[in-house]
Amino acid sequence: MAPALCAICKTERALIKRPKNHAKLCKGCFITIFEDEVHHTITSSQLFFPGEKVAIGASGGKDSTVLASVLKTLNERHGYGLDLVLLSIDEGIKGYRDDSLETVKRNATQYDMPLKIVGYDELYGWTMDQVVETIGKKGNCTYCGVFRRQALDRGAKMLGIKHVVTGHNADDVAETILMNLLRGDLSRLSRSTSIVTGDNKSDVKRSKPLKYSYEKEIVLYAHHKKLDYFSTECIYSPEAFRGSARALIKQLERVRPSAILDLVRSGEDMARLVPIEASSSSDCRGKSDAMPVGLDDGGGGCGSQSGQSPGGEMAVMEKELRENEAAEGLEIDVAKVALGGKEAEKERPRELAIRSLNKAPSSKPITRQVLGNCKRCGYMSSQEICQACTLLEGLNKNRPQIQI
Amino acid sequence: MASTTETTETPALAITVDFSGGLEMLFSDQKRHSLSIPATDSHGKPATIASLIDYLCKNTMKDPRAELFVLDDHIRPGILVLINDADWELEGEETYEIQAGDNILFVSTLHGG
Repeated sequence: MAPALCAICKTERALIKRPKNHAKLCKGCFITIFEDEVHHTITSSQLFFPGEKVAIGASGGKDSTVLASVLKTLNERHGYGLDLVLLSIDEGIKGYRDDSLETVKRNATQYDMPLKIVGYDELYGWTMDQVVETIGKKGNCTYCGVFRRQALDRGAKMLGIKHVVTGHNADDVAETILMNLLRGDLSRLSRSTSIVTGDNKSDVKRSKPLKYSYEKEIVLYAHHKKLDYFSTECIYSPEAFRGSARALIKQLERVRPSAILDLVRSGEDMARLVPIEASSSSDCRGKSDAMPVGLDDGGGGCGSQSGQSPGGEMAVMEKELRENEAAEGLEIDVAKVALGGKEAEKERPRELAIRSLNKAPSSKPITRQVLGNCKRCGYMSSQEICQACTLLEGLNKNRPQIQI
Repeated sequence: MASTTETTETPALAITVDFSGGLEMLFSDQKRHSLSIPATDSHGKPATIASLIDYLCKNTMKDPRAELFVLDDHIRPGILVLINDADWELEGEETYEIQAGDNILFVSTLHGG
């Protein structure tokens, strides 16, 4: 087979076939277009302002390493004027995080960025190894997810930074959209599609500059730029619901590569159909704080691999059902509205009744959650005691007797 | 290694095979493998990527979790294959006929960080 030439420069040999449009590109043109597209995402979404201090949630993995490299390049090339810092979370998992943190330390030197590492042990008094020792492998991802969500924010606060960027890519977003679709969770689906989460009420906002970048291209970018990254699997992570969604997406990609970005676009379009009240109430940090696992904001940690254990799943589902119900009153059935109100009005109460059969009867009123502060740690929360403190309370009661 | 009988009858191709993105775990934690593979497959046809994958599973992989590398006799979706640094989709994927001196890279996109 005669080697194909690059579709852009028409001189170099094509080495990459882009999943989004099948364009065949050479190494140099691919790297340029990949960076240009991230730049376009950043400028069109107005992600940054000049002089902004931005923390990159860095795990040492491919996504956050590519994010750090691209942001550094673009910051210099286009004069964003950003002050970039690497922020890493040490969950305290021996043989997993300690190796990848070494990679982050090398990245800090390679990209000439300051590095801050915050540990679960200093923040919560528990490492994940100790958590697993106490509660077992079942359900430990819930703890890790709740802890990580706060840890990135707290780390950013320690640095006086109000913006954390994470390496979530198009495949991650597509995966989350699919999961929320399969759960019937429209309000969360809406939030998971947005490039920026956390509104002006929250102290720290999150964004995903690689939201439209294919995982395949991220890996190829890292390969062709010879970036130093670490690949590992969390030793405690089970392949649960997210794992299945991920496998399905990768299979779809084989057959129809554009499916991933198409799914992201579908998610965005569906999000527009969710009434503003429902989606904005879930934008509220208080509410996301109340959520057991950071599904959309996996954070710089296990990120896309944050599977949920079957054990925690039920409790999580229960909680979500309650939250869904609260949001349900705000949802509009678009098809029915289009057909005409009368029939829709009749059908709606029946639908609610069917759904509530699946769980314990609850007469929780539909109220907007009010953002306050956790009475124990002072961290923002919609409940008196934040999720992390609630989990910690349980943990501390069960601290193994070996401890003196 | 295991296929000494075949290698004595058929000429061999010297190639290098690289694993990264976490796949090296399945291959003795070794990223680069210099291999000498039979130039023809069991049907006497020239060695292709398909026959290389089969060869790797039978001879090189020491880990029992073959399903992390192949799924339904094909490379697992989410694993990229580069032939001399080029996406295998540009080279005919599994049907590409391997040449002496080729470098084949298998890189997983499936692992987190």
